[in-house]
Amino acid sequence: MDPQSPIHVSLRGVTKVFVSGLGRTHALGPIDIDLRRGEFFAVVGPSGCGKSTLLDVIAALTPPSQGAVTFEGRPIGNTVPDGVGVVFQENACFPWLNVADNITFGLRRQPVDKTEIEQRLQYALQLMGLQDFAHAFPSQLSGGMRQRVCIARTLVMQPRLILLDEPFGALDQQTRLLMGDELLRIWRATGATVLLITHALDEAAMLADRVAVMSARPGRILEVIETGWPRERDSQIVSVPEFGAITARLWTLLRAQSMQALRPEAV
Amino acid sequence: MRIALYRLLAVLLPLALLEILCRDRFITPLTLPAPSQILLGLWAVIEKGTFNAAILKTLTNVGLAFVLSVVVGITTGAAIHRARLLRALLEPLFSTYYAIPIYAFYPLFIVVFGLGDAPQVLIGFMLAVVSMIVSTLAGLDSVPPVLGKTALVLQLGPVETVRSVTLPYAAPYLFTGVKLAVAYAFIGVIGAEFIMSGTGLGYEIRFAYDNLDNNVMYPLILLILLIAITVNMSLDRWEWRLRARRGHG
Ligand SMILES: Nc1ncnc2c1ncn2[C@@H]1O[C@H](COP(=O)(O)OP(=O)(O)OP(=O)(O)O)[C@@H](O)[C@H]1O
Ligand SMILES: [Mg+2]
Repeated sequence: MDPQSPIHVSLRGVTKVFVSGLGRTHALGPIDIDLRRGEFFAVVGPSGCGKSTLLDVIAALTPPSQGAVTFEGRPIGNTVPDGVGVVFQENACFPWLNVADNITFGLRRQPVDKTEIEQRLQYALQLMGLQDFAHAFPSQLSGGMRQRVCIARTLVMQPRLILLDEPFGALDQQTRLLMGDELLRIWRATGATVLLITHALDEAAMLADRVAVMSARPGRILEVIETGWPRERDSQIVSVPEFGAITARLWTLLRAQSMQALRPEAV
Repeated sequence: MRIALYRLLAVLLPLALLEILCRDRFITPLTLPAPSQILLGLWAVIEKGTFNAAILKTLTNVGLAFVLSVVVGITTGAAIHRARLLRALLEPLFSTYYAIPIYAFYPLFIVVFGLGDAPQVLIGFMLAVVSMIVSTLAGLDSVPPVLGKTALVLQLGPVETVRSVTLPYAAPYLFTGVKLAVAYAFIGVIGAEFIMSGTGLGYEIRFAYDNLDNNVMYPLILLILLIAITVNMSLDRWEWRLRARRGHG
């Protein structure tokens, strides 16, 4: 990644505390990160450390308790900024619409003409391997295919910042690697900035320019590791020696945190 | 296929038994004419067209009460769903609502609205609307938060979100409300006609009853039964298709 690229997203002193009838949960932060334009940035962290919360804050889906987020130089308000696409951790397909209508749902509400919508739909179906399922309903698809529908729905909006929350969680290892390749191709083709949240260390190490490792809750950034991969790369990178070194480094950082997340009282 | 056969038998066998009992004079025609007699009577009633006006009146009023309760029920439900305080205030009222004998207010409605159609429609509406509100609330509660977030990311406004995301998601729940609303609209309107009114099927049944005119009373009861069953079965079929498409995904 070119360190000269302009800053696309920046977080300064961002924290999130949930207050409910049951008490206060300090879920996140303080966090400071800068995403450069066009960069592939991954975040790994133990379960429940606030990764999804981080994504919600960046997308302006929930306000930070403290700190500020800027996107393309402007502080984000309380609506999702233009040019931001999100793929959520949970299944977010609309069960009453078929695959094609799901994918074009947002697009049909934009000033985009019909032929353009159709073109983008076909491209997205192709890219996600869903050509044969355009008229299927989500209930007829596997969990992984539903997630691909959600990715396609995000892609057709042509976002400049794509936030993905464990998008391949429901997939088997082989498919994950192949979807990783697809994601790299999309990233190169669109020039978008990608923030990928994942719990799979190998996935983060293989896909990202930089990987941020988060601590157990309240999630803070422990370290940001630069992978140094060339822009043209694919899943075959898993066989180069540096890949093993990076994954090992990630695991060393995460091991203690994950144990703490599992047994908070023992630490 | 076999199920359909059993279902048909479950209806036909008791009817056949009834037919035999009536023809044997075990049940006198003064109590209940034979089913075949009732069916012939219905045919005669329809052919002569004596009650066409009454049928039309009742169906119109039921339709009015139903449509009003669905429209008002869904909009009110959607509005209350957003206003948390109002909902906390109203929810206990909804859960005790059906303990109130609405018909007790009927004389009052007649005093206020006169002897036209308004009191009957109002009774049907009042019975139906709350079940529609309650099922709208239940449906909106069932919407996963991630769909709301998706609507935000796709930059839908609050009204568009309700219209295009949350209500469609809640459709199966709304359907339960719609089916109840149909039933309540029938009960409300026909019951009100029965008690105090000058037109409609309920009134005609009451009139025949007062004159011991079984050749009219039973065919009209059968007619109401057939209408209710037809409406309910079409709704069931529609619901089934909706659910089959969505599956459980
Ligand atoms: N709306 C909320 N209200 C209260 N607490 C919340 C809320 N959302 C999240 N939390 C809490 O914040 C913490 C972080 O949650 P979050 O979902 O961000 O974790 P995560 O890192 O995404 O976990 P996972 O890896 O399991 O997806 C958790 O302890 C969770 O219980
Ligand atoms: Mg999460």
